[in-house]
Amino acid sequence: MELLVASGVGVMTAAGVYLLLRARTFPVIIGIALLSYAVNTFLFATGRLATNLPPVISDSANGYTDPLPQALVLTAIVISFGMTAVIVVLALRAYLEAGSDEVDTAEGERPGTGSSGDGAGTGGGAA
Amino acid sequence: MTLAWIVLLPFIGAALPGLLIRAGRDACALTTGSVTLLALVLLLTQAPAVFAGEVIQARWEWLPWLGLNVTFFLDGLGFFFAGLILGIGLLIIIYARYYLSKDDPMGQFYAYLLLFQGAMVGIVLSDNILLLLVFWELTSLSSFLLIGYWKHLPAGRQGARMALAVTGMGGLSMIAGMLILGNIAGSYDLTVILQHGAEIQASPWYLPALLLILGGCFTKSAQFPFHFWLPHAMAAPTPVSAYLHSATMVKAGIFLMARMWPVLAGTEAWFYIVATTGLATMAIGAWIALFKDDLKGLLAHSTVSHLGLVTMLLGFGTPMAAIAGVFHILNHATFKCALFMTAGIVDHEAGTRDARRLGGLAALMPITATIATLAAFSMAGLPFFNGFLSKEMMLHEAAHTPWAGNPWILPAMATLGAVFSVAYSFRYVFHVFFGPRRDDYPQHPHDPPAGMYLPPAFLVVLVVLIGLVPALAQPLVTVVAGAVVGGPLPEFHLAIWHGVTLALGLSAVAVAGGAFLLWRHAVFNKLRLALPRPEAKTMFDALVNGLAAFSNLLIDGLHNGSLRRYLAFFVTATLAVGVTAFMSGEHAAGLRAPMPAPLVPILGWLLLVGACIAIVFFHRNRLLTLVIIGVMGLILSIAFIYLSAPDLALTQISVEVVTVVLLLLALNFLPKETPRESSMLRRLRDGTLAVFSGLGVGGLIYLIMTRDFTSISEYHLAQSKPGGGGTNVVNVILVDFRGFDTFGEIIVLGIAALAIYALLDGALHGPAARRLNSWIPDQERAKDRHPLMMVVATRVMLPLALVVGIFIFLRGHNEPGGGFIAGLVVSIAFLMQYMASGFGWAERRMKIDYHAMIAWGVLLAGFTGVGAWLAGRPFLTSDYGYFKLPLLEKFELATVMGFDIGVFLTVVGSVMLALANLSRLARRTEEPVSDEPMDFKPVPEEEEIAPDAGLSADVATQTGERS
Repeated sequence: MELLVASGVGVMTAAGVYLLLRARTFPVIIGIALLSYAVNTFLFATGRLATNLPPVISDSANGYTDPLPQALVLTAIVISFGMTAVIVVLALRAYLEAGSDEVDTAEGERPGTGSSGDGAGTGGGAA
Repeated sequence: MTLAWIVLLPFIGAALPGLLIRAGRDACALTTGSVTLLALVLLLTQAPAVFAGEVIQARWEWLPWLGLNVTFFLDGLGFFFAGLILGIGLLIIIYARYYLSKDDPMGQFYAYLLLFQGAMVGIVLSDNILLLLVFWELTSLSSFLLIGYWKHLPAGRQGARMALAVTGMGGLSMIAGMLILGNIAGSYDLTVILQHGAEIQASPWYLPALLLILGGCFTKSAQFPFHFWLPHAMAAPTPVSAYLHSATMVKAGIFLMARMWPVLAGTEAWFYIVATTGLATMAIGAWIALFKDDLKGLLAHSTVSHLGLVTMLLGFGTPMAAIAGVFHILNHATFKCALFMTAGIVDHEAGTRDARRLGGLAALMPITATIATLAAFSMAGLPFFNGFLSKEMMLHEAAHTPWAGNPWILPAMATLGAVFSVAYSFRYVFHVFFGPRRDDYPQHPHDPPAGMYLPPAFLVVLVVLIGLVPALAQPLVTVVAGAVVGGPLPEFHLAIWHGVTLALGLSAVAVAGGAFLLWRHAVFNKLRLALPRPEAKTMFDALVNGLAAFSNLLIDGLHNGSLRRYLAFFVTATLAVGVTAFMSGEHAAGLRAPMPAPLVPILGWLLLVGACIAIVFFHRNRLLTLVIIGVMGLILSIAFIYLSAPDLALTQISVEVVTVVLLLLALNFLPKETPRESSMLRRLRDGTLAVFSGLGVGGLIYLIMTRDFTSISEYHLAQSKPGGGGTNVVNVILVDFRGFDTFGEIIVLGIAALAIYALLDGALHGPAARRLNSWIPDQERAKDRHPLMMVVATRVMLPLALVVGIFIFLRGHNEPGGGFIAGLVVSIAFLMQYMASGFGWAERRMKIDYHAMIAWGVLLAGFTGVGAWLAGRPFLTSDYGYFKLPLLEKFELATVMGFDIGVFLTVVGSVMLALANLSRLARRTEEPVSDEPMDFKPVPEEEEIAPDAGLSADVATQTGERS
């Protein structure tokens, strides 16, 4: 069982790192999401694995698994959602501003908006 | 306490000139002078004790655990140097008042000067070597400001930079040396270190410490081969040159060598390094000085030469040589400062300080000429001037010290240096003040106002007085040399006449040779021009440029602006650090019994790994990627359930839904495909990094899981019910034991949501808005955007979902659930309305201000914590009790409930704020707001049913909305 969890974490990490190094923003975001999965599972697993021992106090329980990593991972899941949301919106805004979703602009700034939005530029009163 | 005041006064006083310059230049100079005078008077009140041989100490603890304390001590050496610094400082302040022009910011000048003065006094009075190092660096910094005072002159800026680079580098070397020294002696207090001389010299660390400390001293005191910065620092105003290069900054290195003399001197290494460096510096400096046409350049190189002389004397390591060195420090300070001031007067009044354009000034400015001549004769070492006395002693010591078994090399070289010294001193007098009068001076030369010639005149009086009655200086030299040597002194008498000695003969040779050199100056100048002349500034610039080019190369290689490259470096570095840490640690054996793996988990594992592989291979199809991500999240939730983490499973699955919806909304505007761009090589590199990262992380967690451990969780499990009032330990940890963590996390979540709002709100203006307005969907839209079944189902489910949310929230303290999960569930319930009925329809009915919701959530959580204060307990301490209401069972209420409501509100607010703002973008582009309960307009029965009713209704709304 440990081997399954460990290899799962490893495979998710590897896929996450690979996607992290891609040239467009969307795969990078997916890569970060995968890394979040991997890290959360990693942290959870530091409390060791146990089945049928949920950390809910009751008289009939045979014992409890370690609750502390679970509490930490619970907030980590929510925070990684917040992080994913921010970077996805960041990527979206960057794409809307620059017209490109490339990660690198090392070769120089791409031409900005071009002529596409010139006509409708003033009609910004919607919503 | 007096000692501290002596050091602090200049620092405190440094604030005054900048303020008082508004009251005029006189008031400014007067204040500055008073500050220095006060410090000097305080110092002189200590004189009786110092001359009685006492060591005055003052001590305050500052950072005792670092060994850094504010400790001062005053003995003969410290008194002597502090007196020089403050006394000459006072003269310089008077001189500068008349030297600086109206355009120069005088307030700045005096402020820098006082800062520098304070730092110098700090060096000579510090007892703690770490404190001394602080002051040492302060002198480097404040001298940088002083040398570069004329900011408009490129030479001034370059000179200041060079001085800072060289002395700063020396300062670093000094820090290392001092730390070693402190470690050997077991204390950073000088008074203690000075007691441990034998121990330090026997230590194997003696030589490294010596070299490092000398590195600091030699750079500061401009010893060969670090002498080049000093002449370039001459770009400073003359008062600065006079102050820094006669009595203070360059003497700091000498001071330190004298201070450390009992500890470091006396060994072979000391003799050969220090004496040889001093000798070489003395000869080379004097030779260059002879041919400098710039008067200040001449004096600068002469200063280098004289510093070499003192260094050599200290290097000899004998008490007699130390006495001679101390005496020469005093004499050099008096005549050199006077000479710098006269050079400044000549520059000021004649308009140039180029010896080739001067001459015959004696008749035009007789007072200046007299002062300069007397001081220069002292520098030359003529009898009846104080320079003669110490030079005599130097020659005597050199004549009696063999170098590597050779008895004549030291006296020969020393005499050669003296010959040059006589020659340049004479040149300063005869080529400037004597000779034919010229008619092409840039300005009409005349004597300066009294304020400018009185300070050098005072010094020259000292020069002559000590020269005629050397016994006057005897007590001072005795007490200072005693402090340097740190032991009994041999019998000595400062006198003009010691009989016909070898030193006297050498002196005569020097005077004769010097006169001859000057007579044949042009011939020797040709000889010099024929010799190779390494230009230190070019070499220094080349070195600096080389270093800068190397840094640029390194930076360009690492930071070329490509984020992908940074990430690759980051991953590689993380891997390297992890592997190194793992390899260098010790590891326990994996004794924990492994769990069996039944068939179902293996199936789940296959799905997960398959999903990962699929995502790598199909990541260019972005929609497919999102589907796979959903699969992975689901498997993880199931895994959490299986591995006894029901709370995590609930959180994971609800977060998963929200995340995928968010990504889908964003993907609406992004390209749906990722182009194939990376080269094979790049993919191979990334793949390799990825595989190693995976192996590292997977391997690590496997090793962790196969080892047993101890946890602090026992406490949480035991205290959950009695202490926290809940049976769901995870929830109790979240809202109680580690409530402060959770409080921080909901704040982060709220900030993230606000950041998203800011980012998206900004997209409604500027280029992004133009792009949105002209948006053309890149995919065909569904004709039936809001399917009837879905609309009805979600609306029916909304109250149910809300009830489920409340249920999950309420049971959270005792069963899996809680604020986080309930918040996510409720968010999803709302989200479904957005998806099914359209953003516009839902938004009109959701009259909730999400910003306020986040704020209330955080505030409520905070207030719950603060409530504990009212009960006199720490922040976020919880309380609970059981209550009975009619018709209901006994139930529990805990204060953490308020906290959990805060969590709930923040989560709902954050999620909804993020999604609602994404939807605003969508509405901007295409979504018409439908006023009807659903897009399909329910057609009344009496009306004729058009074949494409739904579509036309849609179009109608659309046009209505747009107009």
